[in-house]
Amino acid sequence: MSYLMGEYDVIVIGAGHAGCEAGLAAARMGKKTLMLSINLEAVAMMACNPSIGGTGKGHLVREIDALGGEMGVNIDKTFIQSRMLNTAKGPAVHSLRAQADKQRYHEEMKKTLEAQENLDLKQGEAVDIVTEDQGDGGKRVCGIVMKTGAIYRAKAVVLATGTFLRGKIFIGESAYQSGPNGLAPSVELADNLKKHGMKLRRFKTGTPARALGKSLNFDRMEEQKGDEKIVPFSFLNDRLEREQVSCWLTYTNETTHEIIRKNFHRSALFGGQIEGVGPRYCPSIEDKVNRFADKKRHQLFIEPEGSATDEMYIQGMSSSLPEDVQVEFYRSIPGLEELEVVRPAYAIEYDCIDPLELKTNLEYRKISRLFCAGQFNGSSGYEEAAAQGLMAGVNACLSIDGKQPFVLDRSEAYIGVLIDDLVTKGTNEPYRIMTSRAEYRLLLRQDNADRRLTRRSFEIGLADKSRYDRFLKREEETEREMDRLRKTEVLPSQVNSILEKWGSSPLQNKMTLAELLKRPEINYEMLAEIDPQRDPLSWHSMTQVEVQIKYDGYIGKQLTQVERFKRLETRRLPEDLDYGRIDGLRIEARQKLDQFRPVSVGQASRISGVSPADINVLLIWLEKERRGKKDEKGGENQ
Amino acid sequence: MEDTIAAIATAYGEGGIGIVRVSGPKARSVLESIFISVRRHRTEGEGQRERFFLPEATGETINEPIVNRRLTYGNVVDPRDGSLVDEAMAVFMKAPYTYTAEDVAEIQCHGSVVSLRRVLSLCLENGARLAEPGEFTKRAFLNGRLDLSQAEAVIDVVRAKTDQGFDVALGQMEGSLSREIRELRNDLMDLLVLVTVNLDYPDEDIEEINYEKLDESLSQIDDKLQALIAGAGTGRMIREGLAVTIAGRPNVGKSSLMNALLRESRAIVTDVPGTTRDTIEEGLSISGIPVRLTDTAGIRRTEDRVEQIGIEKSKEAVNRADLILFMVSGNEGFTPEDLEIIPYLDEKKTVVLLNKIDLGSVLTEEMILEKMPGAAVIETSMKEGHGMDLLQEKIRDMVFGGQAAQRESMIVTNVRHEELIRRASEEIHCAQLMSSSREALDFIEVNIRQAFDDLGEIIGETANDQIINEVFSRFCLGK
Repeated sequence: MSYLMGEYDVIVIGAGHAGCEAGLAAARMGKKTLMLSINLEAVAMMACNPSIGGTGKGHLVREIDALGGEMGVNIDKTFIQSRMLNTAKGPAVHSLRAQADKQRYHEEMKKTLEAQENLDLKQGEAVDIVTEDQGDGGKRVCGIVMKTGAIYRAKAVVLATGTFLRGKIFIGESAYQSGPNGLAPSVELADNLKKHGMKLRRFKTGTPARALGKSLNFDRMEEQKGDEKIVPFSFLNDRLEREQVSCWLTYTNETTHEIIRKNFHRSALFGGQIEGVGPRYCPSIEDKVNRFADKKRHQLFIEPEGSATDEMYIQGMSSSLPEDVQVEFYRSIPGLEELEVVRPAYAIEYDCIDPLELKTNLEYRKISRLFCAGQFNGSSGYEEAAAQGLMAGVNACLSIDGKQPFVLDRSEAYIGVLIDDLVTKGTNEPYRIMTSRAEYRLLLRQDNADRRLTRRSFEIGLADKSRYDRFLKREEETEREMDRLRKTEVLPSQVNSILEKWGSSPLQNKMTLAELLKRPEINYEMLAEIDPQRDPLSWHSMTQVEVQIKYDGYIGKQLTQVERFKRLETRRLPEDLDYGRIDGLRIEARQKLDQFRPVSVGQASRISGVSPADINVLLIWLEKERRGKKDEKGGENQ
Repeated sequence: MEDTIAAIATAYGEGGIGIVRVSGPKARSVLESIFISVRRHRTEGEGQRERFFLPEATGETINEPIVNRRLTYGNVVDPRDGSLVDEAMAVFMKAPYTYTAEDVAEIQCHGSVVSLRRVLSLCLENGARLAEPGEFTKRAFLNGRLDLSQAEAVIDVVRAKTDQGFDVALGQMEGSLSREIRELRNDLMDLLVLVTVNLDYPDEDIEEINYEKLDESLSQIDDKLQALIAGAGTGRMIREGLAVTIAGRPNVGKSSLMNALLRESRAIVTDVPGTTRDTIEEGLSISGIPVRLTDTAGIRRTEDRVEQIGIEKSKEAVNRADLILFMVSGNEGFTPEDLEIIPYLDEKKTVVLLNKIDLGSVLTEEMILEKMPGAAVIETSMKEGHGMDLLQEKIRDMVFGGQAAQRESMIVTNVRHEELIRRASEEIHCAQLMSSSREALDFIEVNIRQAFDDLGEIIGETANDQIINEVFSRFCLGK
């Protein structure tokens, strides 16, 4: 028996990292929003590693924050160790990573959701979506059905089911239906989505065992401490001080590998039970031993799962081998001889969509106002999920209001790279962001995410006034200081003794401070000695000033490339374009374009099977159409 | 704002005049950087042949501002060293009343492939990029210069030209050049994979890259690129035209041959600047094949210092020739001078022209082959125009092995390849510079990646995920 339980603007199915950002974004944009989770203990659950950030991923978190999302703020509240990676390399790949207190991360996020105006968070299992005819032959989502028979009406729905959808866990020879971490899976919803015509496929991921800290011997491992100076994730935080915990490094050895090899036949992975495709960048230990047979050792990090628990995450050692084998190989590793496993490693398989079925605003092509985000779209990782969640939430709101979608392009954000890759190129494995996926890496730095995105987010009504004002103040401060450095000149007599001390060549003539700062061996902090009268600057502005001046030339070069890229990106293609009508397109291009329905000529150019000649044909055709329309209008006026 | 494009606008090897067209916002500045107007004093007739211009131009160069739509006489010069490249007429036409509705500059220079390509290269080095096939037409249409009714025709033209451009690029990529480029690209890939894994996986237990290693790899890659640019064999032949040298003692009929060839091809082209009176180099087209023809001063012993220099140059010209046309006089037989020249000639690339056959011959093919067993022999009479067809056929065979020529597209793609290789080389130089001053790895990566992409474009490989796929197949990464 079904019954109406409520009406909302936006309903988000799933309250993981994608769901949380989607729900918060929608509510913050003023939409009456409902978030549903099979189990409220799963809100912002970190089902795998206890850390946020890293290369590329850290960039995503910064961007989420710059847009007014929650991930950065939440990890700043709950991290127990923080490190800036890659500092020996250039600013484009500096990447922030923090170890999280998992329990607190979940609790803080849940508190934020509960406190959020316009947002209801409820426990319950959605089993179907309801659609209606749009009138033009197409369908539109208009509600959802719960397991209990309850129906919620909605103007837009976001699917963020993570690994819950028809989740299946594998440990050795055993396999059973389950969501992550022993939670109930969502099975009916998958069946019903198929009934609505959605094609689902299977992906796979895995997680290592958790062990008790007291059973480990840390003396036999290398300690890895957090940074002394903590750089916050959120642009809302200037400086953070916190007691930090350590992580620990140790290595596998030949004995470990021998145990694993001996038991290959008992792994679900090689036994053929797993049909899902797993990611190459996150292989299980048996996969590593199998594929890299000549590698003598593999490293693993022991990472604390939180402050209030003794559970430790064994990074680098995910597995689908049986528990007895797991214990045996873990114990062959230095420091892990007495290890007690509290949660075994497992592989999990789940249903997801082919992201090529999505538009650039993450809306499902065949049912309007149905948006998709996170692992459901074939990505992997908390950060990738959160980024899509935010964009799906924003676009759900914009589509309800009949406004232009909010799409970031590849030159604007890693979020743009991530989504464009997914919806234009598709993926054959859970997709992970990498800095090398970005063409304009020198522009998409983690330090300038706010300069790239905060204004735009404010304009669409997501970033709030206080964040925006804060950003403007920082902008003003940065610009003023850069201007001053470019104008202030120093004389050889003033600075040569200091330069000599730094091992920097002496000046022959006077030079501006900005010019000096361009020298590789000099940084902004050092300049204080030469420039004692300067005003103190916030940490963010200091980084901006330094990077903008130091790398001015390179940044300028990429900006020129971006200009060229944008030219095709801004040539919009009509959504209902009949490619069959366009003479000169090759058949393959016609089919591909018809299937993908790219929004711009730029996007079309990235579709495999569309050649440069096809792009030229499209450009000419567009111009023809434009003039045709103009002529028509001219005719009407006469 | 569109960028600025340049291309050769006239057909190859036909007509005495060729046009290099530049279109886009930088058209004016491109023209200004390579063209200097000249106010010249007219000097009449120079030697027996009608000379197009004097190599050392008699006239004063003046920096007249370029006037819209005024055809101006002057010199094309290489701004790097001020050297004269060609004399030319140039015109600048301001947007929007031009073919493309953009600023357009046109340089009318000598129609030889050599000359046109040098002028085009200069444009590319000074702010323009090579136009894609059909791009001028495309722009003309997109900018509203062509009528709507012409849209279909434009699509056809652009479609055909683009396809041809890319297909030929692929079709041509057989043999040693493509192999070399693939090898180079593999080297670049090895380096990129290592750089990428270092940038994206800082915490992994993997081989670290350091600047010494980077310097070393870059310098090896640079060596290979330089070798590629220097090129040899067909590569150079197509790039610069077949180097044909006419050898033989004075008065044997070399000038007549040269004039005959020039007349035949109806493409008087140019005296390439910088040549002296000792060797005269002409660019022309024989059966559509770009040819660089050198007339030597004749090789013989001399005490005269000036002539001595000329002879050295002749030897040089003979040495670097792809094809040597060695002229002997049939009615006089081998003279001591002829016999002195023979040892300098590489028989395998020599065609002996048994000339003045109309006067009766004391020399036979057998006698010639006795002296030069590897050479080919053709009987000619410059006076009666006899044997020229055979000679042209011979030259054609040298280039295409008798197969039909796909000359135009071949040359077009070649300019493209050359530009891409040059660009890749610039990127690698830039990377080397940055590596030696220890700039950040992520900045250097941009240049290496660009070089990788440029080379990929030549062989039609632009797969973006190639690097990432390699990273995962070579390194064991992940949680």
